[in-house]
Amino acid sequence: MRDTASMLPLVVRDLRLELDGRVLLDVPTVRIQNRRRTVVLGPNGAGKTLFLKVCHGLIAPTSGTMTYTGARPPSEIRRKQGMVFQKPVMLRRSVRSNVTHALALAGVGWSERQRIASETIAQFGLTALANQPARVLSGGEQQRLAIARAASLDPDLLFLDEPTSALDPTASRQIEEMLDFLHGRGVSMVLTTHDLGLARRFADVVLFFHNGRLVEEDEAKNFFSAPSSPEAQAFLENRLFW
Amino acid sequence: MTAVTCAGIVGLPIGAALALARFPGRTAIIVIVNTLMGFPPVVAGLAIFLLLSRSGPLGGFGLLFTPQAMMIAQFVLVLPIIVALSRQTIEDLWTEYRDHLTSLGANRLRSIPTLLWDGRFSLVTTMLAGLGRASAEVGAILIVGGNIAGFTRTMTTSIALETSKGDLALAMALGIVLMSLTLAINGLAYGISRVGARFTGRA
Repeated sequence: MRDTASMLPLVVRDLRLELDGRVLLDVPTVRIQNRRRTVVLGPNGAGKTLFLKVCHGLIAPTSGTMTYTGARPPSEIRRKQGMVFQKPVMLRRSVRSNVTHALALAGVGWSERQRIASETIAQFGLTALANQPARVLSGGEQQRLAIARAASLDPDLLFLDEPTSALDPTASRQIEEMLDFLHGRGVSMVLTTHDLGLARRFADVVLFFHNGRLVEEDEAKNFFSAPSSPEAQAFLENRLFW
Repeated sequence: MTAVTCAGIVGLPIGAALALARFPGRTAIIVIVNTLMGFPPVVAGLAIFLLLSRSGPLGGFGLLFTPQAMMIAQFVLVLPIIVALSRQTIEDLWTEYRDHLTSLGANRLRSIPTLLWDGRFSLVTTMLAGLGRASAEVGAILIVGGNIAGFTRTMTTSIALETSKGDLALAMALGIVLMSLTLAINGLAYGISRVGARFTGRA
């Protein structure tokens, strides 16, 4: 059973990212809640990936604060979050070694690494591929491995950047099932997508971005039934909006 | 082989560090290292000769005209090749792995072992480039080794000597033997590298 403590909520305030005077990201206030699935929605170039990378600490913002206000001590916050990228980064090693490498970096001992890796690989249906080179797997298998690798670290919070964008419907379905399983175990998620179908099935909360700006934050059912911003309305109606 | 192995032990971590570190003057160092890949062997030989000669700062070790002096010369010539080529390999790999490794909490220093391991097949090629330089070396080792028969005479210096003596047949035969050895070593390393790459799915 998972440890029920969590680093969430994450409170983001006055977040701005600028490059050469151009505002790439502008987020006044957001609260990422524990055990909820937050979907970051918006067209290409809206700033969804940047928002994820800033929240995960891969990019330093120009200004603003991100505070994890949950029960975890600050020393555990880095270790208790994971990120899955749109194009999965596969180390030039076997499937199993990709998982054990992540665990090694997290400071897990050798025998424990082997046990967790075997469990995780089995849990996500990758046992038959365990000794295959990760880089020769199909796109769907690589994304499953990337999620399994992140899950092996037992995160409180997973950031997922367009995890199904390059996948066929079957592979996308498998990824969604993995995410449902992880959510059932209490993992909170922030997922970017421009796939409305996925967003409708998955989201508890929606953050809608347009041109780097957070223009709407709402419960999913409210957002999809009555979006308040013209940008979101246009996006949901599949209209172009400039 | 000893010189190349030592240059690999020293040069690969330096190349990786140079690929990942950000400090003032880094670009200048990269340009200098790249330039040193073409370091004229006779100039390197002369510098090492001056260092190791009786009146030089390292003269007390009595290394001049010994195999050790020749290895030092080869080490000096091979090291920039290994540093420069490994830096490029590791930098390319870092571009691909950076977000993932940072996400896992690894800083640049902690990422070096991962990058060296995952770049191992490209780095074999780097080591082979160093071996090629060392095995083809004449100028520097002739100066610091003295081409003493049975002691510091190598195939390349023998070829130079026999050619100057006019025994072209012997020089050519030695050249063929040297080429065959180099071909065998490169073929073996390439084969191992390809087999390894296939089993780890290198793209």
